[in-house]
Amino acid sequence: MKTKTVRNLIILCLILGLSTAGYAGNLDAFKSQKGSIKIAGGTAHIPVMKEAAKRIMKIYPDIQISIAGGGSGVGIKQVGEGLTDIGNSGRKATDEEVRKYGLKMFRWAVDGVGVIVHPENPVKALTKAQLRDIFSGKTDNWKLVSGADKAITVYTRDEASGTRKVFWKKALDKGDITQKANFVVSNGAMKSAVANNPYAIGYVSAGHIDESVSPVELDDIAPSLDNVKNGKYTVARGLYSNTKGDPAGLIKIFIDYLFTPEGQKIVQEKGFIPVK
Amino acid sequence: MKKGFETAAEKMFLLSALLSVLVTLLILGFMVILGLPLMKGGHFFSLLTQGWSPRHDLYGIYPMMMGTLAIACLGVAFAFPLSLGCASLVSVLAKGRFAWFLRKAVQMMTGIPTVIYGFVGIFLLVPLIRELLMGGSGMCVLSASVMLAILISPTMILFFTDSFDRVPKSYTDAADALGGTGVQKLVYVILPCSRKGILTGLILAVGRAFGDTLIALMLAGNAIQIPGSFSDSARTLTAHIALVIAADYESLEFRSVFACGIVLYLFTTLTVLLLRASENR
Repeated sequence: MKTKTVRNLIILCLILGLSTAGYAGNLDAFKSQKGSIKIAGGTAHIPVMKEAAKRIMKIYPDIQISIAGGGSGVGIKQVGEGLTDIGNSGRKATDEEVRKYGLKMFRWAVDGVGVIVHPENPVKALTKAQLRDIFSGKTDNWKLVSGADKAITVYTRDEASGTRKVFWKKALDKGDITQKANFVVSNGAMKSAVANNPYAIGYVSAGHIDESVSPVELDDIAPSLDNVKNGKYTVARGLYSNTKGDPAGLIKIFIDYLFTPEGQKIVQEKGFIPVK
Repeated sequence: MKKGFETAAEKMFLLSALLSVLVTLLILGFMVILGLPLMKGGHFFSLLTQGWSPRHDLYGIYPMMMGTLAIACLGVAFAFPLSLGCASLVSVLAKGRFAWFLRKAVQMMTGIPTVIYGFVGIFLLVPLIRELLMGGSGMCVLSASVMLAILISPTMILFFTDSFDRVPKSYTDAADALGGTGVQKLVYVILPCSRKGILTGLILAVGRAFGDTLIALMLAGNAIQIPGSFSDSARTLTAHIALVIAADYESLEFRSVFACGIVLYLFTTLTVLLLRASENR
């Protein structure tokens, strides 16, 4: 019994070893590199950043990559002030931010921002007008949009969120968000808040939508990868990694890696649209 | 030789006492200086009365002040009777292993990190309150203040039991000799004797209730509105600071954080002074 387990383990290791070896070409640039990369900002980016960091650190343990959230605003601010090496943002940095900090932007994925509700909620489609009324607080009960007779709980994100900015601009047409809205601080927190509240409505990066929440069609168009890709679903944005000035050394290699076939494959696996 | 050591130790302690006083004053000074641009423009008092809506150039913190007051006061209101009862049980009424077990449990609770309470709150308390109140998100004033009560109780209980235990044994013996029951002993001898300790515990708890960030941030829902009922979502000053700190340093949003700090400082100072004053009366 025991030897069998050991044998299986060895086989597993071999398979894993072989499969990583197959990819190693894209990681070669990290060879004989040492040091650390600090990444902060956008929370939509985190699944891709984590996977990339895992693959790199597994083969080259001399490289340390730390990933923090905070939101797009935090990412831009921290990289601009030199507190972090790469600042992620789920929106384009404003002209003023670019000028002030000398930012260089790298867009390595396209992402939709989708409306989500609890899976048990019968409401699976809304018009844009209905959505605006819900978020402004005008529509405050699910029965008004043919749901259950329950009060709607609106969830939104804090000021630093790029997801919020894009959603507010492209889905709400810069409409008001009710003062009663609950605030959460990351895409992950938004997903778990909505997954735990049967009467909730919120919005997340399309890459974060899984079976714990249910996406809502906007004007009959689902926030799916295909619809974002072919431009039918318009509430979309680029995912950016920003550096202060031109990146160099290890940081440049990391950003280049995101654009390699392997990097772009991670982007796709995590539910985003690759740019290459 | 010994004398020299004594004076040296005395100086050391004096120095550390002065230092901690200085730090407190410096913090106030720091906040006032950085909040000065707000006060100079005459904005400061309008900040205290306005709502918050950066899109309409409103950076007031009035809803957050009300949120802090509601959550902290409710939390203390829940926690104080609970702690007093628990402390009475632990140090006077209960006997033997049960009392010992309770005391150890309370001591352990003081060491649990706040974030754990917040977590338990999200997964146990929030769904419960959501169903109980029939709707809403469950992230509301009630959830936050109940969890806050649980957070601040252990410290209060420990202070109370300590002061109960310090009541001279001759007093309690006298009560026993007169044939007093346990409850009579508690109400007529122990509680009046430990007024001071109870007050100290209460002051600490109030300070912690005003200053706690994580519980409100995780459980109160952080909506920018003046809470009108238990089931409304609200934002405290501390949670507001945590949420806005990411804004641009130059922006008015960020400046208003200092107003929050000053108000919070004054809130706490005022309550402590009031409680102290009531002690002397």
